[in-house]
Amino acid sequence: MRTLITLSVSAALLLCSLSASAETPQQIRQLYTTEAATQQAGFTASAKRGDAFFRQRFAINDKMPSCSSCHTDSPLIPGKHAVTGKDIKPLAPQAHAERLTDPAKVEKWFGRNCKEVVGRLCTPAEKADFVAFLSEVR
Amino acid sequence: MKNRYLSLLTATLLSLALPALADRTPIPVDTPASFKAECASCHMAFPPSLLSADDWKKTMNQLDKHFGTDAAVDSKAAREIGSFLERNAGSGSRVAGAGNPPRITKTARFERKHHEIPNKYWRDPRIKSAANCEACHRDASKGSFSERDILIPELRD
Repeated sequence: MRTLITLSVSAALLLCSLSASAETPQQIRQLYTTEAATQQAGFTASAKRGDAFFRQRFAINDKMPSCSSCHTDSPLIPGKHAVTGKDIKPLAPQAHAERLTDPAKVEKWFGRNCKEVVGRLCTPAEKADFVAFLSEVR
Repeated sequence: MKNRYLSLLTATLLSLALPALADRTPIPVDTPASFKAECASCHMAFPPSLLSADDWKKTMNQLDKHFGTDAAVDSKAAREIGSFLERNAGSGSRVAGAGNPPRITKTARFERKHHEIPNKYWRDPRIKSAANCEACHRDASKGSFSERDILIPELRD
């Protein structure tokens, strides 16, 4: 019983710290890597695969065939929304420090943009690769 | 004495009317953070006064098919944003005619203010879309649409 209480208290504390504090790109990469490893033993994230994914033409959406349609060929420079023309800040934390610091926000945008551009939800492995690419790109 | 009251009254009325003449649609002070997070990523945070309460309701009810995009938000954000938009919505003939899905660019006020803009400007790659207010109205995101602030010089006159 005592162990159970200790366990649930520490779980609650962990949850609090996860939601209250800003994460680092490294932690977000780890979240997706851990999730991917449950589906694919020994998975490690690859910035190179993330780079290829960023440039891949999915051609599901004719206005936004690939991520780079709005985010340009480099995550280090500002982009422009392909439909509305609104400026989009660079995706890479190197160029815009707020990027990859809020897991819920990252997950929300994977949710929206994967559906819209890739035509389906992205897998945890794809997300881990993508985050690895964005954090390592210089 | 009567004259003094009259001029005071005129001044008061003028000061009330001026903000409208200056094309200011200030962003309300009670704007919830969710509005900016959910409604100002793909396009500018459009001032709520540019559509009627009914048209905002329609917009919020079809967010999963929002101009070709699934822009659905969770139920807490939907309630918060919906009531904010309706609370600060515009009214009267100025916001009439938005259609369905409601478009700010179809309202009487938008059409009246933009009827002189030649088509080539709407197709200009710097503008791209009539929803891209900031392409021409430098301070649009602060709610200022004054003609003095128009960014593309050819459009200023």
